[in-house]
Amino acid sequence: MDSALLPKGVKRCSFPQFSIGILIVGAVLLWGVYAMLLCWFKGLNQTGMNDSYGFALWIWADLAVIALGGGAFFTGLLKYIIGKDELKNIINFAVVIGFICYSSALLILAIDVGQPLRSWFIFWHVNVHSMLAEVAFCLSIYFSVLAIEFVPLLLENRKLDEVPFFHNLAHNMHEVMAVFAATGAFLSCFHQGSLGGVAGVLFGRPFAFREHLLVWPWTFFLFTWSAAAYGPCFTILLTKITEGITRKKLVKDNVVDLLAKISGWMIASYMVAKLIDTWYWATVTAPSRGLTFMQFYSDGNGLYTLWIIVAELVVGGILPALILTNKTLRANKSMLLLAVILACIGVCINRWVMVLQVMAHPVLPFEEWFAYMPSWQEVATTILPVAYGVILASLAYRYLPVFPQERELNPVNG
Amino acid sequence: MFPFSFEWAWDMAHYVFLGGMWYAIGIISAGLSYCIGKALLDTVAGKGHDHGGDHH
Repeated sequence: MDSALLPKGVKRCSFPQFSIGILIVGAVLLWGVYAMLLCWFKGLNQTGMNDSYGFALWIWADLAVIALGGGAFFTGLLKYIIGKDELKNIINFAVVIGFICYSSALLILAIDVGQPLRSWFIFWHVNVHSMLAEVAFCLSIYFSVLAIEFVPLLLENRKLDEVPFFHNLAHNMHEVMAVFAATGAFLSCFHQGSLGGVAGVLFGRPFAFREHLLVWPWTFFLFTWSAAAYGPCFTILLTKITEGITRKKLVKDNVVDLLAKISGWMIASYMVAKLIDTWYWATVTAPSRGLTFMQFYSDGNGLYTLWIIVAELVVGGILPALILTNKTLRANKSMLLLAVILACIGVCINRWVMVLQVMAHPVLPFEEWFAYMPSWQEVATTILPVAYGVILASLAYRYLPVFPQERELNPVNG
Repeated sequence: MFPFSFEWAWDMAHYVFLGGMWYAIGIISAGLSYCIGKALLDTVAGKGHDHGGDHH
């Protein structure tokens, strides 16, 4: 039915089979859209947020998808600026993932702002001293860069590519892609950093507050570094999931190995900086504000106790770094998969504690730990981007030449 | 965002922050304009009518 639109020389499932899959995920998407409309029409009283939790599940999801989507800017930087040409075989998929992650982040923000019709105020009436203003600017401009990086892939669709103007446009965009990639890396460094800066400048919240270099707290640099380090792990994880679903090898091992190795060393160097930061914060910064390290991990409900810092730093940081920097372990498919899963969980826990543990920890002597339970509307609107992402990634895989090595690795007989 | 917005001030913060923003937007716009313009010229010149489909 849609065979004329499929890339040449590759095999895809039948259109009815594909449609059924999309319809199932589409039902989840509609559930999220319903919750989103409730939030827009009835207001933020539909959420579990309260005076203690101005930032909650949505902001964690935002920070998490932006960190995981960091694979797009970092892979682009490696390919177009540093010259790791092998990565051309995975850059398309990294861009698709980045596009999904950043559009999801913007969608979540559009729900979170409460009055999306006034979201342009942050641009027009900008507060230049606000970390969040920097995030809004860099995020939206970087999203346009991702859209520009996505366009040539769209234009390579079999039918669109037959139009000479589209063919020439895609060709020209490929030629100057290094300019867009460099701009994207510049913007990413600042919005990833500013997201960390939001937490680090909170001097009234000793769990988050960090020392500064000029106007930038250490969290600024740690967030940028962690996004560059962990983002490629998400790209590898989704590549492996796509290979599992399609039962095909889509990217050669040397390409995955290179990205995994770079990611591993990035995580290792990030962990050194993160451990120094944690040690300095625990022994100098927090005590200078009258608090001990253990007071931050004494939640009576058991959620924010020592296990969470062990999960973030050891299980989700040191362990994947050890696996990914070791050639033998990295070559083992199960160990590689374990490492990228742990890395993705690790960076998500980091974003969780930097948003929600910050809010949960009491800041006055007579207060208890604050509890927060997201409403079903928040959960549904957080799952909404996942469903949207699955649909967009499926459409991209079906109709676009996302994986340049697919034909070579999976020759179609006849 | 613009000098005609009421809260605009001619100070260092505005120069750095909005200078960076307009610099990025300028590069993106110029790059995109170049691609579209060159694609138009190439199409008029007859390029792309017979191609192998490999852009990489």
